Parts: sequence; C-alpha cells; structure tokens
Amino acid sequence: MKTCLVVDDSKVIRKVARHILETLAFEVREACDGREALDACRVAVPDVVLLDWNMPVMSGMDFLRALRDADLPSRPKVVFCTTENGMAYIRAAIEAGADEYVMKPFDRETLESKLQIVGLA
Amino acid sequence: MASSATSSVSSNAAAVLGALLEARTGQQLASYRSWRLDTALIPLLRERGLDTLDQLVALLLSGRDPGIGDRIVDALVNGESSFFRDSAVFDQLVEAVAEHEAAGHRVRLWSAGCATGQEPLSLAMIFAERQADQGAAMPEIVASDVSEQALARARAGRFTQFEIQRGLPIRRMMRWFEGDGGDWQARPDLVRLIQFRRQNLVADRAPPGRFDLILCRNVLIYLSPATKARVFETLAQALRPGGTLVLGAGETVIGHSDAFEPCRRFRGFYRRVGGEEKLAAA
Repeated sequence: MKTCLVVDDSKVIRKVARHILETLAFEVREACDGREALDACRVAVPDVVLLDWNMPVMSGMDFLRALRDADLPSRPKVVFCTTENGMAYIRAAIEAGADEYVMKPFDRETLESKLQIVGLA
Repeated sequence: MASSATSSVSSNAAAVLGALLEARTGQQLASYRSWRLDTALIPLLRERGLDTLDQLVALLLSGRDPGIGDRIVDALVNGESSFFRDSAVFDQLVEAVAEHEAAGHRVRLWSAGCATGQEPLSLAMIFAERQADQGAAMPEIVASDVSEQALARARAGRFTQFEIQRGLPIRRMMRWFEGDGGDWQARPDLVRLIQFRRQNLVADRAPPGRFDLILCRNVLIYLSPATKARVFETLAQALRPGGTLVLGAGETVIGHSDAFEPCRRFRGFYRRVGGEEKLAAA
C-alpha cells in the first residue's frame, strides 16, 4: 500500500486530506509541523508528503530543504498543498525540490490529478 | 427576479429539451444524464427571470427569445474537460505524429469536440515544447466545438484555479500560464497556435483540408448508433488515407464504421483505411 504523510497544522485539513487519500488507497500518517514530519520521515520514508507551507515550529519550506538534505533510504515525492498561490511561491517550491503543487482550496479530483502526475495514483 | 428557480423537471419539459439537444448536436439525453437538466439550466432560468423548466420550454416554443435555443444547448452539452486527459494518449500521440511527419509534409491535427480548450492547449504545449527542445516542426492544430460559449472560453485561454489543476503538471503551468486575479491565463503565443472554429459534428462539414490525426474523445458516447455512424463518415472524409483517429477510453469504431481499423501500436488509436479515390477527387 502506498503511504502519504499529511503535514498541516490544521486538523480539519488533515482530516479532509486523510479521507480523500484513503479513498485513493493510501495509508495515511499525519504531522502538525515540519519538525514532526522530519522525525516521521526518519522513522519511515513515505511515498509522498502532502505539505502545507505556513506552520509553527518548522515551515513547509524549511522542512522541504531539510528533507532534501537528509540522508534517507529513498526520495519521497513532495506535493505542496497551500494557500500561497502566487507564481513566486510556486517557483520557489519547485526550485527547492517539490514535485508538484496544489493550490488550496482543493477537492478530490485536484488531489487525485496531482498524485497521478507524480506517478502515485 | 427568480430567486426561487427550482429544478422541477416535468416529463414534457424533459422531452422538449432532450429533442432540442438531439436535433442540434445529436447528443441524447439518456436517463443517466437527465440530472443535468436539474443543475445545468438553473443559471439560465435565473438570468431569464423564470422559475421552472416548463416556463423555459414555453419561452423556447413561443419564439419570443430567438437566442434561447442556443443558450439551452450550450448549457446542456457536457463541457467536462481536463488538461492531458488520459495522459498516456499524449505520449502515443507524439509518436504517431512523428510517423506522419515521415511523409514529409506539415502534420495537421483536429481536436473535434474541444469543449473549453484543454485538449488543444495540451497539444499546443507538447508540440511547442518539442519544437523548442528538438527543433521539430509545429503541427497545425484546429479545434472545434458545437458550443459557442465553450469556444469563447477556449479562445480566451483563461481557467479557474480548479480547472488549471486538472491534469496540468505544475512545471507546464509555470511555463505557459500566468496568474491573473485568482484565474490562470494561457500565454497568447500558446493560444495563437490553435485555430478555433464552431462546428457541429452531426450537421456540419469538417474543417477544410485533410487531417493526419483527429482526436474525437468522449464525444461519441452521447450519440445514437445512427448518429455515430454519420459522424464516423465525416471523420473518415476529413482524414488522409492512413490517417489516425483517436477515441476516448471505452469508445470504439467497431460496429459503427468500416473506414477504420485498430492501430496495432497504439491503444484507442484507429487507422483510416481506403479513401484514396476520394482523396484523388478532392
């Protein structure tokens, strides 16, 4: 079963994302910020990380840079999922190593489409 | 003001609206699609200050509103679309176009039933990128739809945040679109690669000239067998001998036309057989 780590400080977003991802046959884990997410990736690397941008403790961008620098057994796909919808943010995320980008608000079709693009749905 | 516009569908209204749709487009309002009446026409009811579909039908039949038939048809045709729909098709398409290019002429593509333009824009992106990266020739791209409203949106090249995220990889979005007030606008040089034209597949002649490859995906599923056969004839006449027809997943020519045979290499692709005499006479 494919695994997805949902990283978002909003419990509601995590719940919605979990519901959609489980219907797409993903096993879902959750983290509230970048630091928790990094710890989770060191324990078990997921296939894909669905990543918010603005979070306390460690932002999505800081997490992404740390993840790409980390010595992990595999390279997870990273799909940003954020309300930062400007082109400058999108460009910065892709340059930092994100694979795809979901602009909030999102629905099932959007998420499924983006996961298909990264080869996971 | 018709703030109380509802979705009550009498059998009379459904019959008249279904007949209008079929007469104009060949599409059948099969029972599994009748729900579309409920949702698709409410904005038009509100715009015209009507409360029920029966009132809309009465207005249609009265002849007092000459444009109302077009507006109803525009609202009812299925405009569901996404970028790079069934993405594997586009990989095969690039190979098929390269095969046609081997004949030494500029390849012509027709996106028949292009709705709001995601399919021809997807074609324009892949072939413009191929031209930039490999110096390959840019095929001519013609796109048509029965709905003037859908075509106006296609020509504008403007998409909502939800639409832009259906099937379009983010790197391509960055390359070909610009954010504009919450929507996303295709670059003018991309849109200019496409010739848009209104065309009713059931009633009109094909766009002029012969095509090497026609995409007609997820259009024929709404047509009766007799109408399908007529459309296949139009498509066959529009294709060069040996040309390629691409249908949607679950669609087939088998049982409807003997002018095509399945391509061995590409699933969902069909090769035009025969037709040399007609080409010579054209």
